[in-house]
Amino acid sequence: MRLTQGTFSFLPDLTDEQITAQVQYCIDQGWAVNIEFTDDPHPRNTYWDMWGLPMFDIRDAAGVMGELASCRKVYGDRYIRISGFDASHGWESVRLSFIVNRPANEPGFALERQESDGRRVRYTTRSYATQLPEGERYS
Amino acid sequence: MNAIDKRDRRDRYAAGVMKYQDMGYWQPDYVPKDTDVIAVFRITPQDGVDPIEAAAAVAGESSTATWTVVWTDRLTACDKYRAKAHRVEPVPGSPESWFAYIAYDIDLFEPGSIANLTASIIGNVFGFKPLKALRLEDMRLPVAYVKTFDGPPTGIVVERERLDKFGRPLLGATVKPKLGLSGRNYGRVVYEALKGGLDFTKDDENINSQPFMHWRDRFLYCMEAVNRAQAVTGEIKGTYLNVTAATMEDMYERAEFAKSIGSCIVMIDLVIGYTAIQSMSKWARRNDMVLHLHRAGHSTYTRQKSHGVSFRVIAKWMRLAGVDHIHAGTVVGKLEGDPATTKGYYDICREDFLPQRLENGIFFDQSFASLRKTMPVASGGIHAGQMHQLLDLFGDDVVLQFGGGTIGHPMGIQAGATANRVALEAMVLARNEGRDIVNEGPDILAAASRHCTPLRQALDVWKDVTFNYTSTDAPDFVPTASVAG
Repeated sequence: MRLTQGTFSFLPDLTDEQITAQVQYCIDQGWAVNIEFTDDPHPRNTYWDMWGLPMFDIRDAAGVMGELASCRKVYGDRYIRISGFDASHGWESVRLSFIVNRPANEPGFALERQESDGRRVRYTTRSYATQLPEGERYS
Repeated sequence: MNAIDKRDRRDRYAAGVMKYQDMGYWQPDYVPKDTDVIAVFRITPQDGVDPIEAAAAVAGESSTATWTVVWTDRLTACDKYRAKAHRVEPVPGSPESWFAYIAYDIDLFEPGSIANLTASIIGNVFGFKPLKALRLEDMRLPVAYVKTFDGPPTGIVVERERLDKFGRPLLGATVKPKLGLSGRNYGRVVYEALKGGLDFTKDDENINSQPFMHWRDRFLYCMEAVNRAQAVTGEIKGTYLNVTAATMEDMYERAEFAKSIGSCIVMIDLVIGYTAIQSMSKWARRNDMVLHLHRAGHSTYTRQKSHGVSFRVIAKWMRLAGVDHIHAGTVVGKLEGDPATTKGYYDICREDFLPQRLENGIFFDQSFASLRKTMPVASGGIHAGQMHQLLDLFGDDVVLQFGGGTIGHPMGIQAGATANRVALEAMVLARNEGRDIVNEGPDILAAASRHCTPLRQALDVWKDVTFNYTSTDAPDFVPTASVAG
């Protein structure tokens, strides 16, 4: 399967040139750029691990791309996403978030059903990858 | 000094009938207080009726007056409670009608009650005989009054955080045919659309609990579809379960059931009424539920410029009443919507402070005092080929709802959904890269369709579909500096 979280997951994987343009867009909007990675892509996994702190003061996308290259060197077998964070009043949250790195194989999710009272079903989404311990899931 | 103080109070309160303007409802020198509610009405008086007297009558009938003098006014601080028409000016290009500005003291209104606010402002006056027609164009709601409302239970930012979707419009589709599908078949449409790439599907306004599909059946099949789609995409999905019903008790029962089976969103129709909407908003706030409002019925009173209530006023009331989504027009789709006027509606939903913009029909500066933002929904006759126009008109914080434009795809619902999602992502990517999407839009779509067959098919089928009709509700003002004075 292809995980379709993030803003551009229905397009072919972005090239570094395309990623640079999106990062520069974030910077030009005054947003802080953040790099995060995970090997637990559950849709409710809000807190991916941060690759350092959000880059609040960076002015050039090249700096972010350097960090992305370093992150890929260590965690290239995992999901990596880039997000733009807007600290302005009334928003104070993420403005853009897109995946820039994927594992070679994305095994997807199982849907477990627990039949309950009436015709209710309790659903649980479980990532096949997380059946293995953290760090061993995609390598 | 107001008009009353200058006259002998004995004359003013002598039994009998007198002109509204002589009873204190016309005060041309009045300067509205920061805490006043101000309404601007478009008044069309009967032939021979003085527009100032008509404005004073509207002020009177929407506040303290009745047709005759009553001595019991003197038991009250009646000068305070009287609404004050203070400005009457001709409507540009419309010799029969005038804009009348009327100020109301905040003490006239119950805190946090749209029902009370509207019972005053639109309660009696619209049937008043000396007027041919009357339209409420806009209202300035003072911060002091805005702060008595809870506003949207979720709001745009928190909804995005819950859904984990940023940087692009959300995509939805209304299940079609809107009537007749069984619960099982209905859920099939939901599953295909969500799996194909939409974020939301939606019940239509008149899907409640009919012989062909009872509500529990629909809810259960829809949640199976939502959860399946989440598992195959790894993305949060939702479907607006319409809990509109005959009574509050029924609506609460349906909403509770939706919650118990894991839905993140429920929907209501505007026709349930302002009090029911506020009740459902409080319920949604207590239960972490996104609340979608379908504006069913609004065109009966919003569409004609001479009479009724402008949708911009309805949008303000609904943001105060507290809905997370509201249908606000598409401009390019099949339903009424002038671009400049529609922009005004979207701004009301999404801005924290909205300056006067007569060219968008916004008559007053309006602060929303950090009330959460309502996500506008564009729905009705839109398709992937218009993506550049839609993104340019509405920006990111909108739900683009493609019903026919998803389900009517020649290769099926899933292909239709994928076409819309690819078109959208390609357009956002291009915009962020600095490209001129309005002019290059068709090229951007064509390029994206080279790696997406469903998009190519969608563009082929709907390439010539447009709805170019003259709007009935366009702004009265053109953007020149002199008009705003």
